[in-house]
Amino acid sequence: MTALHVQNLSVEIGGTSLVDGVSFDVARGECLAIVGESGAGKSLTAAALLGLAPPAAHVTADEMSVDGADTRRLTDGGWRELRGSRIGLVSQDALSSLDPLRRIGAEIAEPLAIHTRLSRPARRARAVELLESVSMPDAERRSGQYPHELSGGLRQRALIASALAGEPAVLIADEPTTALDATVQVRVLALLRSIVDAGTAVVFISHDFAAVRRVADRVLVMRDGRVIEHGPVSDVLGAPQEEYTRELIAASEHRPREERPGLGTAVLTGVGVSKAFAGAPAVVEASFAVRQGRTLGVVGESGSGKTTLARMIVGVERPDTGDVRWTGEHRVQLVHQNPRGAFDARWTIERSLREALEAGGVPRAARAALVADLMAEVDLAPELAKRRPAQLSGGQRQRAAIARALAADPDVLVLDEPVSALDPSVREKVLQLLRRLQRERGLTMVFVSHDLGVVAAVCDDVLVMQDGVIVEQGAVTEVFADPQHPFTQELLAASA
Amino acid sequence: MSTSVRPDAGSAPRIGRARPIVLWAALIVLAVVAAMALFPSLLATHDPLRTDVRAALEAPSAAHLFGTDQSGRDVYSRVVHGAGRSVGIGLLATGLALVVGLILGALSGIAPRAVDATVMRITDVLLAFPEFLVALVVVAVLGPGPTNVAIAVTIAAVPVYVRLARVQTRSLALAEHVEAARILGVSRARAFIRHVVPGVLGSLSVLATIGIGSSILAAAGLSFLGLGPIEPSPEWGLMLSGGRNVLGTAWWIAVFPGLAITLTVVSATIVGRTLRARAEGRAS
Repeated sequence: MTALHVQNLSVEIGGTSLVDGVSFDVARGECLAIVGESGAGKSLTAAALLGLAPPAAHVTADEMSVDGADTRRLTDGGWRELRGSRIGLVSQDALSSLDPLRRIGAEIAEPLAIHTRLSRPARRARAVELLESVSMPDAERRSGQYPHELSGGLRQRALIASALAGEPAVLIADEPTTALDATVQVRVLALLRSIVDAGTAVVFISHDFAAVRRVADRVLVMRDGRVIEHGPVSDVLGAPQEEYTRELIAASEHRPREERPGLGTAVLTGVGVSKAFAGAPAVVEASFAVRQGRTLGVVGESGSGKTTLARMIVGVERPDTGDVRWTGEHRVQLVHQNPRGAFDARWTIERSLREALEAGGVPRAARAALVADLMAEVDLAPELAKRRPAQLSGGQRQRAAIARALAADPDVLVLDEPVSALDPSVREKVLQLLRRLQRERGLTMVFVSHDLGVVAAVCDDVLVMQDGVIVEQGAVTEVFADPQHPFTQELLAASA
Repeated sequence: MSTSVRPDAGSAPRIGRARPIVLWAALIVLAVVAAMALFPSLLATHDPLRTDVRAALEAPSAAHLFGTDQSGRDVYSRVVHGAGRSVGIGLLATGLALVVGLILGALSGIAPRAVDATVMRITDVLLAFPEFLVALVVVAVLGPGPTNVAIAVTIAAVPVYVRLARVQTRSLALAEHVEAARILGVSRARAFIRHVVPGVLGSLSVLATIGIGSSILAAAGLSFLGLGPIEPSPEWGLMLSGGRNVLGTAWWIAVFPGLAITLTVVSATIVGRTLRARAEGRAS
């Protein structure tokens, strides 16, 4: 039975067509994935399905129905009636979607108060039931807690429970697992699949093909507001018809880097390095080595201490105990996780690069030429130097951040999640750039990431962290082929 | 046939942003006031200080646009000549508050704890009293006069600037881009001057655009109480005070300077708020 039917949906904002002629059906007990890069129009499509497109948007459709109800001419009141009871939303960021001042139980009971005639105690009991149905451990106690007391994965479960409270026929899940750690992601995806199997129609919006493979039955690939490919998951992902789909899939699959033996004496050795913040240990007794001309991947989930370790290598943080020892003189530079925050928003890229050159002791007269060289080295058009960070795309900003780090002419580059905010195809190009820079400049790199695929593609050695402890380290090929520690095995299974 | 899913909603009203026509009116008022302050002789029709007892207390007419006061001085010309003094004191006080606030706030943002705590407790005390009361006490201590009024209004306004500057300094000093500059090898002092101070100045200027209105009002209020410029200087607050006793018979003496104060303050506030809304829109 068709739960969601859309025929020729288009959305325009200010005369620009952002969603153009999208049509699809989703049956009960079926999961349709919409994939595409940022700007493809997938989130706007979801918003239109929920009647939540921004006020400036002009939404048109030949046919559009949710659970049999025509939604094309609904008033605001009509939409409110529909949302929660027939169509629900799970968004990316559970922390901002849940009211920070309300207990989880009350949050979930709210749609029950609106859409059902249950009494207050009955609503409370139902909220706990719903939490149990999304496998919330210790549901009774959790329902009395606030969002900040829950981990990211549990928050996402609570959000899903609140979306399911009104027993909607259709659930829209907009990047529901993007902000989660890999191992948690797998569990939330399994939960979503069980919701599908229980008879709900789910629209799963994602840019992650691995996630799509785990939950979806059919997939719809969007680009520039249009559907360019549509079919069962196995067909589209197994034998994509369109060049763009092939590129997207290729960009999200990484071939492990070939082994480069024989390279590298240790330039940096960490001996029993520990660091705590306000009594909470961030890094515990870490011993490791960074080898000349090689890339060391630092892998772990959020809060595992990988960023702290990287910052101690750069020297921004000092270890409480233990020692970070350098062999000889080295210049280290850090590329921040968020290039937008790492640049002074009021300054043009050129001015930031000049500052970096000035700090590196380059005389004023030579700076202009070097700025041009740096821009060329990271494949940025020279005219982009005149722009401010906000006027660049994510990929361009990250290239600019790398250029600035290179301005100091470092021989060791520490990169903190340098590609995690980028779309797959852009990410792939930045990774290529890093590989080229390493080859040309003979850089030694430390690459912090939560993405095992990316680490496999750019790193020679890897170091796996859990709760501040290095649980496993060695050559990438060996660790990935034959993980010894149970956590490494779980991580690898989650990202496969 | 394709149907529109929902009618296009008009642009939603945004808080803090005036409608264009109101904004334009405010800008015109400010332009006129600025012209009066900068070139009073071009706009005035009479000498603001020349008394003419025979023409005392005349109602507004073609000869005297806003009428004349008890000494027969032309009220219109006095309003024009008063602009510089009235607005000037407000502007000077706001500018001083901005500079003092920036210096004190930025320094206490990076100062050792004891210094920071001392500065903050002083601002707490000043903030505990209404601004105007603080200004009044300061003038009472310093004695009357336009300079002292400016100093008093500055002291009354400055705690808010110190507070904001301190908070901004603290958050900016920890910002990633400042850290990035430090890692590149930019010295601490230079990173502070280049990346922190301009950012703090930006947010203080936004606050100042709104503060100008209330500073003008506070200065006029002190003058009204006879604590600012003294007769026969033309100043709006003072003129208001001079017309107070004859409001029943010669309303024009008090009403026109009063209108000048009201329009200037309201316009400055509208423009200030619009600027703030723009600045916030850019920041987010």
